[in-house]
Amino acid sequence: MKDLSLHILDIAENSVAAGAQTVRIVIEEQPDQDLYRLVIEDDGKGMEPDFAARVTDPWVTTRTTRKVGMGLSLLQQNCQLAGGSLDIVSQKDKGTRVTAIFRLSHIDRPPAGDIPATLRLIIAANPDLHLVYEHRTQNGKFVFDTRQVKDAIGDLPLNHPEVLRMCSAFIIENLQQIGAECQTKNDFKLAENDINH
Amino acid sequence: MTKITSLADLKKKSEELKRRIDLREKSEHTENLIQIKVAMATCGIASGARETMDYFIEELDKRKIDAVVTQTGCMGYCYAEPTVEVKLPGQEPVVFGYVNTRKAKEIIEKYILNGELVDGIIPQNYQTINDKK
Repeated sequence: MKDLSLHILDIAENSVAAGAQTVRIVIEEQPDQDLYRLVIEDDGKGMEPDFAARVTDPWVTTRTTRKVGMGLSLLQQNCQLAGGSLDIVSQKDKGTRVTAIFRLSHIDRPPAGDIPATLRLIIAANPDLHLVYEHRTQNGKFVFDTRQVKDAIGDLPLNHPEVLRMCSAFIIENLQQIGAECQTKNDFKLAENDINH
Repeated sequence: MTKITSLADLKKKSEELKRRIDLREKSEHTENLIQIKVAMATCGIASGARETMDYFIEELDKRKIDAVVTQTGCMGYCYAEPTVEVKLPGQEPVVFGYVNTRKAKEIIEKYILNGELVDGIIPQNYQTINDKK
């Protein structure tokens, strides 16, 4: 995985596979404590304690197509390389919380990557999922909640390409305002203004 | 160009959008639509499936092709990621391997628009090492 946004896409996919109704993603950047924290929390089916304890082992997986599962193992490796750790708390039938901690300034901490692209694809593939994304920096906090977005867009489908573009632009604008780390470009325009269409 | 900084802006933009487009209820007749499934497990994501899926959504919208683009788990073809399953209405699904944005363009232009098969199809009888007894 090249960056954290790809890890987020990967781990959030586990939540969806676990039948989650709500997935909550929280990123915190705290330069004074040299901390970058990523939390992905769901209300899916959870794991048995003995499975949860072994889940970062690459030879442990729920999939049946083959015998390895690299998602959490790779995230854990990236955490450990950047002076941090990975913590998984899971309760059967209640849900799972994955917390990845990195040293913010560590040279081996993967960059945040294109977080808006990750979020819009989670939405595109799971329009009925309640997705909450929260990003906190020293300058403030931004919360993106698909329930609020649904209220704002009315009867438009959440996974309409134009709505996805709008959500993306909304996220990028706000991340810039709080000075959040994010590698993306804001190329939002409504299709009618686009001469290439 | 106005910026979208608040939910109120989002509301305003979606009202503009509603006036321009006719809303089709896609979910009611998915069997008549082109269905595209991008494999998005760890192996797919690491190989660039996010860009592939983004490209399909953007490009099909641009060309005004009615399709449902969604994601699926690992199909067991990790060596050929990103893999994409395309199902044209009334036809058997076809799985393509190594689908970067260039390949995706070829699939749209040749297979989806003209029904012409392109290179890189993963045959249905392919077996992963684990399946082989």
